[in-house]
Amino acid sequence: MLMNLFKFKGGVKPPTNKTQSVNLPIAQAPLPSRLVVPLHQSIGGMPQPVVEAGDKVLKGQLIGEADGWISAAVHAPTSGTVVEVAMHVQPHPSGLDALCVVIEPDGKDEWIPREPVDYKSLPPEEVRERLQQAGVVGLGGAVFPTHGKLTASKTVPMDELIINGAECEPFITCDDLLMRERAEEVVRGIGIFRDLLQPKKVLIGIEDNKPEAAAAMRLAVQALGESFAVVQVPTLYPAGGAKQLIRVLTGKEVPASKRSTDLGVQCFNVATAYTAWRAIAHGEPVVSRLVTVTGNVHEPRNYEVLIGTPMDELLKLAHPHPDTDGIIMGGPMMGFLVPDRQVPVVKATNCLIAHDDRLFPPKAPEMPCIRCGACAQACPHELQPFEMYWFSRAKNFGKTQEYNIFDCIECGCCSYVCPSRIPLVQYFRFAKSEIWAREREKNAADQAKLRFEFKQLREEREKAEKAEKLAKAAAAQAAKKAAEAVAAAAAAGESGAAPAADTAAAPAVATPTDAPTATVNPEKEAKRATIEAAMARAKAQREAVQPKNVDNLSPEQLKAAADIEARRIAAHLIEPQPADQTAPLDPNN
Amino acid sequence: MDILLAIAIMALGAVVLGALLGFASVKFKVKGDPLIEKIEAILPQTQCGQCGYPGCKPYAEAIANGDEINKCPPGGIEGVQRLADLLGREVKPLDAEEKPKQIAIIDENTCIGCTLCIQACPVDAIVGAAKQMHTIVAQQCTGCELCLPPCPVECISMQVIGENIDNWKWKYPVVEIKSEMRKAAAMKAAA
Amino acid sequence: MFPPAPFLLKDVSVSQVMIQVCVALIPGIAAYASLVGPAILVQLVIATLAALVAEALMLKVRGKPLALFLTDGSAIVTAWLIALTFPPLAPWWLVVTGTVFAVIVAKHLYGGLGQNPFNPAMVAFAVCIVAFPALMSQWPSVGLQLGLIDQMNIILGWAPRVDTLTGATPLDAMKTALKLGEGSFDVSTLLANQDIYGNFAGRGWEWVAGGYLLGGLWLWHRKLITWHVPLAFVASLSLISGALWLYNPGQFASPLFHLLSGGTMLGAFFIATDPVSGCTTPRGKLIFGAGCGLLAYIIRVFGGYPDGVAFAVLLMNLSAPLIDLLTQPPIFGMKDKS
Repeated sequence: MLMNLFKFKGGVKPPTNKTQSVNLPIAQAPLPSRLVVPLHQSIGGMPQPVVEAGDKVLKGQLIGEADGWISAAVHAPTSGTVVEVAMHVQPHPSGLDALCVVIEPDGKDEWIPREPVDYKSLPPEEVRERLQQAGVVGLGGAVFPTHGKLTASKTVPMDELIINGAECEPFITCDDLLMRERAEEVVRGIGIFRDLLQPKKVLIGIEDNKPEAAAAMRLAVQALGESFAVVQVPTLYPAGGAKQLIRVLTGKEVPASKRSTDLGVQCFNVATAYTAWRAIAHGEPVVSRLVTVTGNVHEPRNYEVLIGTPMDELLKLAHPHPDTDGIIMGGPMMGFLVPDRQVPVVKATNCLIAHDDRLFPPKAPEMPCIRCGACAQACPHELQPFEMYWFSRAKNFGKTQEYNIFDCIECGCCSYVCPSRIPLVQYFRFAKSEIWAREREKNAADQAKLRFEFKQLREEREKAEKAEKLAKAAAAQAAKKAAEAVAAAAAAGESGAAPAADTAAAPAVATPTDAPTATVNPEKEAKRATIEAAMARAKAQREAVQPKNVDNLSPEQLKAAADIEARRIAAHLIEPQPADQTAPLDPNN
Repeated sequence: MDILLAIAIMALGAVVLGALLGFASVKFKVKGDPLIEKIEAILPQTQCGQCGYPGCKPYAEAIANGDEINKCPPGGIEGVQRLADLLGREVKPLDAEEKPKQIAIIDENTCIGCTLCIQACPVDAIVGAAKQMHTIVAQQCTGCELCLPPCPVECISMQVIGENIDNWKWKYPVVEIKSEMRKAAAMKAAA
Repeated sequence: MFPPAPFLLKDVSVSQVMIQVCVALIPGIAAYASLVGPAILVQLVIATLAALVAEALMLKVRGKPLALFLTDGSAIVTAWLIALTFPPLAPWWLVVTGTVFAVIVAKHLYGGLGQNPFNPAMVAFAVCIVAFPALMSQWPSVGLQLGLIDQMNIILGWAPRVDTLTGATPLDAMKTALKLGEGSFDVSTLLANQDIYGNFAGRGWEWVAGGYLLGGLWLWHRKLITWHVPLAFVASLSLISGALWLYNPGQFASPLFHLLSGGTMLGAFFIATDPVSGCTTPRGKLIFGAGCGLLAYIIRVFGGYPDGVAFAVLLMNLSAPLIDLLTQPPIFGMKDKS
């Protein structure tokens, strides 16, 4: 099939070093002495352990349950006993620990009952669910849970499904061997993806330095009567980057700000397709993967390796030369030296390279940037690495983002071509993780601020409520007083000719001692009583208008209260305070 | 006459320009004080009060009014630097010791459920009820230590947040030319 | 700490880049030497020594590793460009002054390798032509054939600097003739005087320019420079000179004359392409090159100096950061958005 291929800008051509490890067929690595299976082997939620020390497990038994939708389950790679669930060093550049399930194999390699299914009879959701439960993740290195990528965009029609068999990194040949030896199952796996995504066409991209793999795939596609196109793409690092391969095969460019499905295209690795098929059609979860063991070794070769196998045990199989001074996990362009030779093989481990100074000469000292622009010409994302370097170095992270640092895929082309040997990618990784950390901090600060402000608001509201209650209580009290006054005034009015001392609203006036004075000047006394009664009336009116909560009291209540008060006053009861009546309203008072 | 004319022109100019300025000050009036907001954005929002103000916002206001910029230990020297950059002031060493980021942990066996810490927590990061055991929501804890003094049984302790794979950061690539050369020379000598 | 990826590195280095630039200069130097004699080789040696001494001194003062930076070759490139742009019979101290100024002031005071905003060689040229205009305008006169010893004596000041030995360059000569002659000369009659002007640009200068062109094309082939700056430089110079030549061929020389005389080829391929002080984006490089060509023409035809390349490059160096900022290319996946 003739196809119009597109080109991406930039790229480099490092020596591929692939021929060393393709001469021997895939070998099964023997059972290691113990398996250390990290629980967090994919992007997304950290799976929760479902086994404890002492548990017997079978091969393929669930040991870590997926946490959330973007997360993938983890399984026991062989049968045996769980020794511990503990923190162990990870195959991660940080050299930090994470939770692992350590299994001592019993040597029987006994499977759990496997349930092969015909996926065509299942609804798509269940196929995705099964893939998640089987721990199928992207085996190209990114380990993104595969089921999460198997939903087509609702608005954009799915045009192309890209299958990535490019394998552009030097030294790595595990996908090459997989396609050579197990092409049929790869193609069947692609069939699952095709049926779930319903693309218009399926393109399998393979770099043109792997003619055997391409031929095997073509043959398998033909044999299975599929219409997939096997396309040989020019060998140019990083043609195997998902975005680059999409560009080469479709001409579409996926920026960092978009998902590939937004452009109607999706991309999977060939090994992912293979494991998906094994998971669905054989009921086998992902418990092993192909790993290229190469570099400074006698016998470079590809092995089928159980997840959790300590790297040094695997490396020994290929007989490393004695001057090996480290293990690179991944390729020489994007891999990293593992912090400890004991770290386990994980789902992301596609290659182990025995490191020595002959293969990878120590870096010459770094020189200042001369802005030669070689990095910009090599950058497959058409960034300006030397500008980003400048700002990363100065820790001016805002500027690095203006120069689109998050579009950098850390492929290492810029570092590769730099005549000043500046570790450019390293500066970008540093800047990115600083920006992420700041983002986290900022989010935390924003949250804290929000919660603090909410707490203040709540405290103020509570205070206001309390104050209101107090005010209510006070008003009720006042209402009582007002009622008394009204009653008193009324009583005074009734007594008419005898506005004696006992009519006074102020209780002090109504003391018996007043009586003699009253007799001294009855006229004056009568006048004073009238004035006081008028003042009380005015006060009562004022207070009756002011507090709203007096409305709560019905006229009958008011009247009754007034009557009682009037009687009590008439009966010479002093200090007729209604305080005890308001008390039940506010127990906190 | 000329002098009068000149004066008149100058006066007219002054009036026109003054009117323009007045108009501009009304039309383009900046609401609130953006400086306080910018300062507050730099402060870590722990609301710990170690600066002597009841929260980050009051301290931001105080800084805007001329208070020192080095009173925020949770913000660290980096915070002081950013404040200095923003305000064009001199970077000063931190007023107190800089501590690593930490969170509070309640010893759940000792806790008597008094709710005092819940009232003290500025960000409502502690959950629990009277006579029930309390616990701290780790994601929301700012590490302000305000819950420590009220606890009658001293069941709250501060724990430093260590580095883990999730919050690990790539380090600044330091390539010391001299040491590299020394290393190379040493290797040559060894060979 | 472990060395970070990538573990494979291309076999390139700053010194390799600089050495290749020097190699590319050799055809031009050879033509130059055959034209004016071995004096130019003497000047190259003087400039190189001066540059290395100044570089070593500054590295020592700045506490930088001597061996690493002295071998990067950048000082040698600067020195060679100075020797090739100064008059070949200039006294030794003039070349030394220019070189030392370039290395110390134009390069190291700005932060050394990779930090200089201006091309050091052009700074040296500009400073010297302002400070010593007479000496900087004395080019070997017509048909001067002197042996190595005589030339050395002149350069080192052991022989008297006689006026008859030196003259003006074709560019300068033409400008002066056209100005002073007040219409009594025109370009075609001047150029017909083969003694002074040679076939195109006078006395074999076209061969020197051809040598630079050859070396420049090799640099482009080696991908050490891109086509943008030289092409834009040559194109803009040709366009403006062509337009004026068509307008009045008696008053203005042809584009060919301008391309092959003075510092055009050296400037287009070796000086304006300096990545440190020039533009880095593709569109920026085009603007930079075109600006250099335009300014060089204006200065050399209407300005007060015999050649305008140095000032044109310096002026464009000034604007390079702004041009870069405004011409950032769209990145992968963001091209449909303007």
